[in-house]
Amino acid sequence: MLLRVESVSVAYGAVEALKSVSLSVEGAEIVAVLGANGAGKTTLLKAISGLVPVKSGAIVHDGKKLHGLPPHVIARLGVVHIPEGRRVFATLTVEENLNLGGYGCPKEEVARAKERVFALFPVLKERRRQLAGTLSGGEQQMLAIGRGLMRSPKLMLLDEPSLGLAPLLVDQVFSTIVQINKEGVPILIVEQNARKALSIADQAHILEVGRLVLSGPARELAADERVRQAYLGGATYERRRRIRESRAAGEAPDPRG
Amino acid sequence: MLTFVQQLLNGLTIGSFYAFVALGYSLIYAILKLINFAHGDLFGLGAYLGYTVFVYASGVVGRTLGLWGLLPMGFAAAALGTACAGLVIERVAYRPIYPIGRLPAVVSALGMAIFLSNFIMAVWGPRYLAYQESFIPTGFWQIGEFKIRVLQVLILVSSLVLLGVLYFVVERTTFGAAVRAVALDRETAALMGIDFLKVIRFAFAVGPALGAIAGVFVGMYYRQINFTMGWVYGLKAFTATILGGIGNIPGAMVGGILLGLLEALTAGYISAAWKDVFVFAALMLLLIFRPTGLLGEKVAEKV
Repeated sequence: MLLRVESVSVAYGAVEALKSVSLSVEGAEIVAVLGANGAGKTTLLKAISGLVPVKSGAIVHDGKKLHGLPPHVIARLGVVHIPEGRRVFATLTVEENLNLGGYGCPKEEVARAKERVFALFPVLKERRRQLAGTLSGGEQQMLAIGRGLMRSPKLMLLDEPSLGLAPLLVDQVFSTIVQINKEGVPILIVEQNARKALSIADQAHILEVGRLVLSGPARELAADERVRQAYLGGATYERRRRIRESRAAGEAPDPRG
Repeated sequence: MLTFVQQLLNGLTIGSFYAFVALGYSLIYAILKLINFAHGDLFGLGAYLGYTVFVYASGVVGRTLGLWGLLPMGFAAAALGTACAGLVIERVAYRPIYPIGRLPAVVSALGMAIFLSNFIMAVWGPRYLAYQESFIPTGFWQIGEFKIRVLQVLILVSSLVLLGVLYFVVERTTFGAAVRAVALDRETAALMGIDFLKVIRFAFAVGPALGAIAGVFVGMYYRQINFTMGWVYGLKAFTATILGGIGNIPGAMVGGILLGLLEALTAGYISAAWKDVFVFAALMLLLIFRPTGLLGEKVAEKV
């Protein structure tokens, strides 16, 4: 078992953000954690990467205990966390951002990893000397993912990669994630875009106010009535689909759905 | 013309003192958003450490190796000793306090400043100490009416070299990129595998070491040192830091040099007594039109 999160609780002061959450990533699979804003998704990833302290429970990766280690040590173990909102270093160049992704690795390894990233995202190669802050949102997300790939990750934690991106770019980012996973990188992804996440995930979990309420194979969750109602838009989604279809057919949409 | 060139040279010299000290403020501010008020007194400590080494070593080392053997020793001892003091201060006075907040850390910094200047007074006494001729390069070149002191050239060349090296390290190496990354976003920097404490230690060792070198130069240039010198220079250098744009390495250098030039030119052409009035008036004007300082980054604050 690659990553084991065992009844982990995290508290911010008196507020418990995670309540005894357990999940695992077994191998080179994609595991999705879905939930509304404030459900504790980001906290879960931050607990794994050491950015927030674990109050109780255990996090074990590759047989090594992660909880209690400082974040830079966890990163160097190959647990790469790509944070929400991309968080590229805006006043550093694209290339400097990438170099930092491989911070502490041998020079040749960094150079090789950079070539791989440039092959995956040619636009980053074109813009390598540009300041990261001048990139578009989609390019910044590519840079954030590319930066994460610099360390040949053993596990990738992805926080809301679709946030703030146009639908076309969302598709692109998700197909990149699938591609990375196919190359053998296990991925734990948290997303509000439940439909997208379920479409690429093997396993999925639903987080509600700090507690896991539902877990199972992604396909089963996608078919689950409760999940459809709460996270896939339920009736709302059906209505949107009808509106889209009628638009495509050139009719005026019926506002009542 | 002669006065102008002479004042220009004086201004550059004083300016490089300010630039050295300003760098320490700026480095630490960039990383911690903390004004290390103890920095000026670390600069003073450097001057005293250098003095002590010179006094005790000038006999033996001075006789065997000469002045140019003595100088590197004094500078190295001052820089190393002050760097250690900087690291100790970080560990004792700041690290336990960062998590509490910025204002308590400022109070702690002020406390360290008072502690350091009193420590210097207690150890070396309250009176002025004289940097003696035996450990100051006193030579000069005479070109027509124009006189260039060896010491001034030494100060200008070493500032150019040291500031250049620091600039290269911070702006062109991966470690420097890590320092800038920590300054921008500490959390994400940690996710890159960057050890925050290592970067802090770098700032608290390099800043004070540069300050100490400036302290020794000031001792040589004015031939005397006093336990209050840290406060005066600290304040001026802090001004230079704001002038150049705080948290910005080239800004600190430019701010320091500019402040020195302004001072020297005012002193030379208007009145030495009024130089601070003019300098601070210029600073106020600049801040009205450019609140972030000359090279202050607008982007950095938005991120």
